[in-house]
Parts: sequence; C-alpha cells; structure tokens
Amino acid sequence: MSWKIWSLKKSPWVFHVNTGACNNCDIEIVNLLTPKFDVERFGIKLVGSPRHADALLVTGVVTRQAAPRLQEVYRQTSKPCVVFAIGACACDKGIFHNGYHVVGPVDKIIKEIDPNAIIAYVPGCPPKPEAMISGVVKALSTL
Amino acid sequence: MKKIVKKPVIAVGPFHPLQEEMEFFQLTVDGEIVTDIDMRLSYNHRGIEKISESLQFDQVPFLISRICGICSASHPLAYVQAAEEIADIKPPERALYVRTIINELERIHSHILWVGLAGHFIGYDTVFMWAWKYREPVLDLLEEITGNRNNYGNVKIGGCREDIPNEIKPRILKELDEIEKKMDMLTKAVLDDPVLHARLKGVGILSKADAIKYAVVGPTARGSGVDIDVRRDDPYAVYSDLDWNVITQPEGDVFAKAVVRLLETFESIKMVRQALKKLPDGPVTIEVKEIPPGEAVGHVEAPRGETFHYVRSDGGNRPVRHKVRAPSYVNVPSFKASCIGEKIADVTITLAAVDPCYSCTERVAAVDSRSNVIHDYENLLRLSREKTEKIKEGKK
Repeated sequence: MSWKIWSLKKSPWVFHVNTGACNNCDIEIVNLLTPKFDVERFGIKLVGSPRHADALLVTGVVTRQAAPRLQEVYRQTSKPCVVFAIGACACDKGIFHNGYHVVGPVDKIIKEIDPNAIIAYVPGCPPKPEAMISGVVKALSTL
Repeated sequence: MKKIVKKPVIAVGPFHPLQEEMEFFQLTVDGEIVTDIDMRLSYNHRGIEKISESLQFDQVPFLISRICGICSASHPLAYVQAAEEIADIKPPERALYVRTIINELERIHSHILWVGLAGHFIGYDTVFMWAWKYREPVLDLLEEITGNRNNYGNVKIGGCREDIPNEIKPRILKELDEIEKKMDMLTKAVLDDPVLHARLKGVGILSKADAIKYAVVGPTARGSGVDIDVRRDDPYAVYSDLDWNVITQPEGDVFAKAVVRLLETFESIKMVRQALKKLPDGPVTIEVKEIPPGEAVGHVEAPRGETFHYVRSDGGNRPVRHKVRAPSYVNVPSFKASCIGEKIADVTITLAAVDPCYSCTERVAAVDSRSNVIHDYENLLRLSREKTEKIKEGKK
C-alpha cells in the first residue's frame, strides 16, 4: 500500500458537490459535522476546494447545467479520488428519471472522462447519516 | 483621451463553500463596497412541473416533496389543497390536525437550521453546533411519526398517509418541553451576544417600501415590518382554531430576521402543543374516487414564506398543468435592494438572510446564443407553430 492510499484511508478530506439535489442529502451531509454524528473525530473533514479533496460527495441528479461543472470539479481533484454518489438521485436519477433536463446519473458523467474512476453508492432518499458513514467506511476498506 | 475604467467584479459560484447549492453571483465592487449585484440561478432546474404532468394525482405529492428537502411538508400540502378544492373533498378533521403538527414541526427544524447556518456564515461555529444539536430531537420525532427524517411524503389527497399514534403523544409533549427549554437558552444567548449584535445589526437592511416593492414573503417580509402570514390571512388546516401570534420586526436588517425566526419557533411549539391536546379521534384518510375537471390554487406558509401551487385537471388521472411558485423565487431578487452598499464581508450573511433555497427557484429560459434573445412563452409557441407550418407545407 502506497503512503498516499494509507493517508487517504486515515483521514479522507471530502468536497461536497450538489448537482441538482433537493437540499435533503446536503443538509444530512452537513448534519454529519454536527455534535450528534461528528465525523471529524474519524478524520473526515469537509474542505472548501476540490484541489484539497480525497473524495467527492456528489448529491443530486446531474442536470444539463451541472454535468460539465461536475466533470471540471472531478478533473481538479488529486487522484486517486473516490466519488460517492449520495442518495437515490445520484445513484440512478430516482424519481426524476424521465426529466428533460436531467443527464445523470453521476457514474455515467464521471466515467465519460475517467473510465477507471472509483465510485461508491449510498442509496436512500435521503440516506441517513449513519448510512453515509457506513458507506464511506466500506468504500475506504476496499482501497 | 478618456480612459475606460473597468470595475472589478467578484464572482461567487457556481460551486463554492458558502452555500450548499449551485448559484452564481457577480458582485461589482468599488473598493470594499458592493455597487451592483447580478445573479444567475436555475443550475438546479430538473423540470419538475413537466414530470408532474406525467404522474398520477396521488403520485405527485411524492415528487413535489422533493422540490426542496427542507419544505418537504409544505409543497405537497399546497398541491393537495388545490386538488381537494377541485374535487370538493373535505378531509377528516384528525388529518387536518396531523397536517398542522407535521408542518409546524418542519418549521421548527427549518428555523433552527437557519440560525445554525447563519452562525456558520459569520464564522461563529458555536451557534452552528448548538443549533444543529438542538434540531436533532425534532428530526427524531418526525422520523417516528412519518418514517423519514426529511422527506415525509405524509399528505395525500383526502387525508394523511400516516397517523400520529396516541401512545406517542406524551413523548412528543415531553420532547417539546425539552426543545423549548434548550431553544430558550439558545435564543437568550443569541439575542444578547455582543458579537452577533455587532455583525448583524444594521446589516443588509431591506426597508418596508423595498419589501413591498419586491413582494417578498415569509420571515423576510415579517422582518421588514410587513405583516403577512398565510396561516392567519387565509387559514388552512386548523390554524384558525389555534391561539398564536404573527411575529413582526420593523428594522429589516439581518438581526430582525433572526429574531423573527427564533420567536416563530416558540409560536410553532405552542401550536403543536395545542394541536396535540385538541387532536380528535377518527380516521385520517377518506377514499377519493376521481378528480373532476377544474382548476384550483393552493397556498401554504412554508418556513420561507408563501408557497403557491396551481393545478388544472381535465377529468383524467393526471394533472394537465401544475404550476409551482416557491417562496425563494420572490425573496432572492430582493438582494438588489439589500446587498448594494454593503461591504463584501457582510454580503455573505445578507445573501443567507432570506434563507434562500435555490432548488425551489429553478426556472428555465431558452436563449438564442447568436442574437442573445430570450425566448418567452409566446415566442416559443410561435416558433413551434411556424415549424409545424413548415413541415405541413413541405409535405404538400
């Protein structure tokens, strides 16, 4: 195991990307930082720039406006970068599957520019904070 | 020769750490003072109105509770009220009480959420952590009643999906006492804090005249002294049977909006208590056979202001037209009045003060990139008809 993977597993820094979500998964992600769940004690930290991020937390169906911007954010991250598709919309477009302005899901858009991208799925509408923590732990243990 | 001076522009967005959603602000600055603001929204446009027209009447509430995750009880309620008006259905009384309780619990958690985020935006993370800690019991109550922490999907045409079991009523009352005690402490701490006074008082003032001019709604309007509230002005559910007050503040700055929201949580707690005491026995749902042709409007006071749904039916099992106007859509343009003349450091909290929910504001505009013409509804209709004519002539 390279030192980079070792440090990524030790303390993943995450960047949060909303690509057309309804705010629900987003407030549950912010909930992770607050006293009840407090993921910072595991070294998981939300950062303000994709260039600092080891993982992307992507929520929402990818709308036409968001798709090129999501790809740009993914390009800016340092690799390896784990992409978490959080919520039913990000996993398979959910209830918006027949929307005319929806081009997602997330894995399709990311794999257009990087076919070998590591993508983890956390389903739920919205997934409970416990499910998100469990998803992050499972994804990191496969690296 | 006259030298052209270009004013510096600060771009905020679409992805930036301040707010969760995608939005784009262009701040034209003169030194540290913002002289103009331009905004671009609708990155989140998902085409909900169109999807709604492809779903059946009783499937629509589950879609539109996902317009916005935080107002996920208000949007379906407005839609359901419109549909019930078309079909002339009177839901059972217990269902009306359950709707009121869910909506007020939602308002409590939404307002506490905003107070926390406002603290976070001005760099006062203690308030953020406190507020979000005290919000958790409300989410637990909602999960116990409806089965989900955020997207409740509890209203349906003709009543409610889930009842409030009589066994958990004492537990809800006990939790409410706890929440009220904690909120009392938080409110006193926030309203007496000299740092918050210095950061929020006199910042981002939206005068009463501007509030009326931009037609803002909800706590944003009430913080500017405009006394409007759908729950009192056009009562729905059981609000007319409950004893509560509309909170207004005359100042119009960010602090006034914070005061309005904090005091409204107490009014909501009061309302939930009364509604639980009066909760009548009986079923929570009645059977609905069909929605006859017709059109109707439903409006509900969401945590951010009045949300407005228009539904038209042609007697089939799907709405022919469903129009949504969410509160943030009218609150967001008031930045033109409140942000100009502020310092850049104060703009962040002024932008957050209306509790903007950009996923509600999504609209679409077709712009011709060559001529920069924005196509409106009539224009698009004309283009479509012209194309049909062309095809017809070509076939001849």
